[in-house]
Amino acid sequence: MLDDIDRRLLRQLQSDPTLPITALAARARVSGQMAARRLERMRAAGILSGSRAVIGWRALGYEVEVSLRVTLDKTQRSAFDDFIAAAREVPEVVEIQTFLGRVDLRLSVIARDLGHYQQIWRSRILTLPHIADIEALMRVASVKNDPALPI
Amino acid sequence: MIDLDDTDRAILRALQQDGDLSAGALARRVGLSQPATWRRIRRLEEAGAVAGRRLVLDPAALGLGVTVFLGIKLAARGRVSLEDFERAIAAIPEVQEVDHVLGLYDYRLRVVARDLADFERVLRRRIMTLPGVGQIESNVLLSEERRPGPL
Repeated sequence: MLDDIDRRLLRQLQSDPTLPITALAARARVSGQMAARRLERMRAAGILSGSRAVIGWRALGYEVEVSLRVTLDKTQRSAFDDFIAAAREVPEVVEIQTFLGRVDLRLSVIARDLGHYQQIWRSRILTLPHIADIEALMRVASVKNDPALPI
Repeated sequence: MIDLDDTDRAILRALQQDGDLSAGALARRVGLSQPATWRRIRRLEEAGAVAGRRLVLDPAALGLGVTVFLGIKLAARGRVSLEDFERAIAAIPEVQEVDHVLGLYDYRLRVVARDLADFERVLRRRIMTLPGVGQIESNVLLSEERRPGPL
């Protein structure tokens, strides 16, 4: 289980994953050796597995982001597998989630502008297999986007 | 907006998978010198193509076993201050993402909690008590994959 030292380290690392170990140790108020040992242990336990770069799609010219909420035709036994496999082939799909609830799946789709979105919607999304219903939520603004977990 | 060549795309794809890659390791992968690779990374970061880094943690191993996506529709539109609502909802530590959206709902949220009972506490005590909240729909996350996107 995690103790206070582990949590302090993870909190600091969440706010800046690029922190060198010495700076991280100082901020968490532990020795460098202790910090290195704790991180190693958390990596071995699968709690921590490195970091990933987050792409700034806006800076690359992708101005539109749409959240598509999909309900599938569950009379088809392979509906989920077929749909997900086909959705993976659409480059503009950046997230795929499955749910327990009124909605079966969510796709996050990015596009350069509304014209581009319409093209993706018609030629790549509506052609995905086993869709029973699909609803779009178009993002107007991001109010909060903080991947940090409350630990 | 920044224009990318194939080497930039290869760097972004590699950093998306492993944000801890050193400039040296990245240089070998894309076939450039280390200083040239380092300059490209700096340029991509400064242009916002790399928007940041996120730590990859296993929420379940940290005792956060449940993620729920919420759709919120505001009641009494025009009588509540959107700024007040957004400030209050963004201040809840369990709320990781808030998007202002157009469509069936007004806001889309991502909420993390220890378990369903803990989620119910956050929902009832923190979210449903906010002024202006009307209809809420919850979908419990079962699986998730982040795709590389159009790079």
